[in-house]
Amino acid sequence: MSPEYRELIVQISYLIATVLFIFSLKWMNTPKTARRGVVSGVWAMTIGVGGTIIGPTIAVESLPWIALAVIVGGIIGIPLSRVPLTAVPQRTALSHAFGGLAAALVGTAKYYLWLDGELTTFRTFALSAEVLLGGLTFTGSLMAAGKLQEIIPTRPITYRGQNIINFIILGAAIGCGIALIINPEWSFLFPILLVLSLAFGIMLVLPIGGADMPTVIALLNSYAGLSAVAMGFVLENKLLVIAGALDGASGLILSIIMCKAMNRSFRNVLFGAFGKVSTADVAGEQKPVKSATPRDAADMMEQAERVVIIPGYGMAVAQAQHRVRELYDQLTKREISVKFAIHPVAGRMPGHMNVLLAEADIPYEDLVEMDEINRDMAQVDVVLVIGANDVVNPAAKSNPNSPIYGMPVIDADKARAVLAVKRSMNPGFAGIENELYTLEKTLMVFGDAKAVVGDMAKALSGEGGGAH
Amino acid sequence: MIQIPILAATTAEITSPAYGGDTLNVVVPLIFVFVLATFIGWDVIRNVSRLLHTPLMSLTNAISAVVIVGAILVAGPQVGDDHPAWISVLGLVAIVAASINIVSGFLITNRMLRMFKTRAPEQKS
Repeated sequence: MSPEYRELIVQISYLIATVLFIFSLKWMNTPKTARRGVVSGVWAMTIGVGGTIIGPTIAVESLPWIALAVIVGGIIGIPLSRVPLTAVPQRTALSHAFGGLAAALVGTAKYYLWLDGELTTFRTFALSAEVLLGGLTFTGSLMAAGKLQEIIPTRPITYRGQNIINFIILGAAIGCGIALIINPEWSFLFPILLVLSLAFGIMLVLPIGGADMPTVIALLNSYAGLSAVAMGFVLENKLLVIAGALDGASGLILSIIMCKAMNRSFRNVLFGAFGKVSTADVAGEQKPVKSATPRDAADMMEQAERVVIIPGYGMAVAQAQHRVRELYDQLTKREISVKFAIHPVAGRMPGHMNVLLAEADIPYEDLVEMDEINRDMAQVDVVLVIGANDVVNPAAKSNPNSPIYGMPVIDADKARAVLAVKRSMNPGFAGIENELYTLEKTLMVFGDAKAVVGDMAKALSGEGGGAH
Repeated sequence: MIQIPILAATTAEITSPAYGGDTLNVVVPLIFVFVLATFIGWDVIRNVSRLLHTPLMSLTNAISAVVIVGAILVAGPQVGDDHPAWISVLGLVAIVAASINIVSGFLITNRMLRMFKTRAPEQKS
C-alpha cells in the first residue's frame, strides 16, 4: 500500500472514531442508554488505535513491541477495574496520573526527536503546554490518590507563604516554556520545565483536604483531557484534539457543578486550604444532644409515612450500603415511602453516593437530587442522616460566620424528626459544629454506620416476623 | 509601531518552511477543531444525569487514554539514526500507561452501569 493510501485509511478511521466518541458521551445522558455508550467508546478506541497502526510511519518491526506494551497495560488494568466501589475515587485519581504520565512522556520524546532543527515556534509552544499539563496531572493525581487511599494525611498540609511558593514554581515553569519558545535550542531548560511541572502538581494538591476532593478530581480530569489536546497540537492529530477537548469539557463541567454545590470558586478550592480557616469556630459552647438506640430509631421510622435517607462519606467508609438496602426493603415492605437525598459533593468524587447505592440494588428512581428533595422536605416525617455532616448543616443557611455559610445544603432540619447516625460527637472533616445534632427534634444514634443500620433493619424484620 | 513578524509577513512567507512550515495550514484548522469539539463536549455532557457522574468520569478516563495514539506514533517508527531506541522506549511506556486506562476505564464503567437498575423487576413479584 502506498503511504498516501495508508494515510487516507488513518484519517477515515479517525473520523469514525470521533463520531463514536461523541455518541459514547451522548448515550451517557441516561442510565437506559449508558451501557451502549461504553460499547461505542470501546469501538471508537479500537478503530482509532487500529487506524494509527496502519499509518505510514509505523514500522512492522515495532508492532510486536506495541502489542506487548498493550498487553502489559491490560494485565495491570484488569485488577484496577475490580476494586471495591468505595475505592473508585482513588482508582480514578490514579488513572488520571497514568494519563498525565503518558502525555508527559510523549512530549519529552517528541522534544528530543525534533531538537535537530525541527522545533518550530508553535511546536515548542504545544510541547511546553503538553509537558506542563501532563507533568502536573501526573504528580497532582498521584497526590490525590495517596490522600484518598490515606497513604498521605487527608487533612490539608499548609505552611506560611504556600501560595507564593506555588506561584513561583508555576511562574518559573511558564518562564521556562516561554524561553524555550523563543529559543528552542536551549535544551537545558527542558528538563527544568519537566521537574518544575512535576513539583507544581505535588504542591498544588498538598493543601487540599478530603472534602474538596470531588472538585479536585474533576479538575484533574479536565487537565488530563487538556494534555491530550496539547499532544494533538504537537502531533497535528485531530483525533487527539477532539477526544481531549471532550474530556476537558467534561472535567470542567463537573468541576463547576462541584464548586457551585459548595458555593466556592476554583480559586478558593485551589488556594483556600479549607480545613484551616474553620478551626476557630469549634470553640462554641457544647449543647447537649439526645441519643437513641437503633431499635428506637427503627420504631420511629416504622411509624412514619415518608422517610428520607441522607448518605454521606461515612456510609462509604463503613461500607454500609448493603445494610441500608436491608433497611430500605423493610421500610418499603410496610409501604413507607423511602427516598435518598443526594448532595452533589457527598462522598469523595462526583456521583459517589449514587454508585454505592446502585451497587446495593437500590432503584435509581429513589435517588433524588438536593434541589428536588428540598422542595418537599417539610412533609417528610423522618430524616435518617448516615455519615453525612457538612451537607446537612443548617449553619450554611443561618450563620454568616460559619466557614460553609452560603453552601447549598439538604434541609434536613425542616423534616418533622431527624435521626443522625454518627461514630461520635467529634466534628466532621472541616471541624465545624453542626447545629442539626442539637435540635429539639434530633436523635443521635451513635456507632459504626454498618452495624447501626444493620441493627435497625434487624429490629424491623424481627417485628415483622413476630406479628405473624 | 512594533512589528509583529507574523503580521509583517505575506501569506506565502508564513506558509513557507522558514516560518515553521505550515502554521496557517495546519495549526489554524486544528484550533477550529478544538473550539468546535469543546462546544460539542460542553453541550453533550451538560445533559448527563447526576446519577451517572462517577461512571461518566471513568468513561472520560478511558476516552482520554486516546493518548495511546500519540504514544504509538512515537513508539512505532523504525529505530535508526533519526529515531533513537530510547525515544521508542518512552513511547512504549506511554502505551502501557494509556492501555491501563483504556482497559480499566471501560471495564469499571461497564461494571458500575450494570448496577443501575430501575424498579421494573420488582413489579413481577
